[in-house]
Amino acid sequence: MSTKKFMYLNRRAPYGTVYALESLEVVLIAAAFDQDVSLAFMDDGVYQLVEGQNTDGIGMKNFSKTFHALGDYDINQFFVSAESLTERGLSADDLMPLVWEDEDDDWAEKPSVKVVSNVELSKLMSEQDVCLSF
Amino acid sequence: MLHTVNKSSFERNSLQSCLNAIDDSSVILLIEDGVISAANNANSSMLAELATQGRVFALQGDIDARGISSKVADNIKLVDYAGFVDLVVEHGTAVSWV
Amino acid sequence: MKISIQINEGPYQHQASDTAYQFAKAAIAKGHEIFRVFFYHDGVDNASRFTVPPQDDRNVVNNWASLDIKNADGEPELVVCVAAALRRGMLDEGEADKNGIDGNNIHPAFRISGLGQLIEAGIQSDRLVVFGD
Repeated sequence: MSTKKFMYLNRRAPYGTVYALESLEVVLIAAAFDQDVSLAFMDDGVYQLVEGQNTDGIGMKNFSKTFHALGDYDINQFFVSAESLTERGLSADDLMPLVWEDEDDDWAEKPSVKVVSNVELSKLMSEQDVCLSF
Repeated sequence: MLHTVNKSSFERNSLQSCLNAIDDSSVILLIEDGVISAANNANSSMLAELATQGRVFALQGDIDARGISSKVADNIKLVDYAGFVDLVVEHGTAVSWV
Repeated sequence: MKISIQINEGPYQHQASDTAYQFAKAAIAKGHEIFRVFFYHDGVDNASRFTVPPQDDRNVVNNWASLDIKNADGEPELVVCVAAALRRGMLDEGEADKNGIDGNNIHPAFRISGLGQLIEAGIQSDRLVVFGD
């Protein structure tokens, strides 16, 4: 099967709607298909990656922990809009420290999350074969 | 690329987010409530600029349904569903700003 | 060209399914192949065989069924995500049996399958277009 570049475009906050959770479910399945997968987080989508989510008070599952597992499935390209963070008073330090282990570099732990400008995001987007929006 | 926007810019920021991330060769198609941004008074200067370059389209059926066919801003090209299909075919990867 | 479609919203509440249907119909009329329509999120509700819209309104479910989108083996390529469907009470006979539920509601023009079908549609098709809210 040919390899394509898939981008998952996440623009919604978690919990208020199901899009974030069900997007993550697609990404977990996508891991089995050996495609080039990247995740983009823009607008309120950046809240999906914020550290310290606690859903005890709302009776819903805290699925943010699942993001930590994606590195093990070679899903390690998380692009977060710098402008979206800034608009919301957030910075890279507020995000979960997601990592992956690079087998070509003696299993060195490397960060999966990259904060990029909208211009960089637009360039990444234009390289994709498929863009799935949630 | 083809970017589709289906939200009024009075209700959501989808159009602005799309405009922030659009590259120099992509086109925008306004569909559903997105066509509200094609009406004169709802136009952003950046959208108008892209329209001047012939890069903004709107779905005729959605314009007509909302009664704004006389208010469509200059240079926005109207297409039917067949035209939508052609845009998808001609412009490569489609991005939906849902 | 091979085109696939992802639909994220149910019928009637949002225009997404109507727009996608008009798009699919136009694509087929132009000689393109709709490889697969994948129903996700509340989009799974488009597959209910129990919808009863007023007579003067369009029937979204039947509209989809009328496109008769099938693969070479004759299976429907109107595909409903199983995980999203089960969550929302959309079951075919097999899932109803498996889960001990005494009824099923998937229209025969649709089939339930896994999320892998969405990824596969992206791989196999020249284009994938998402319709949502």
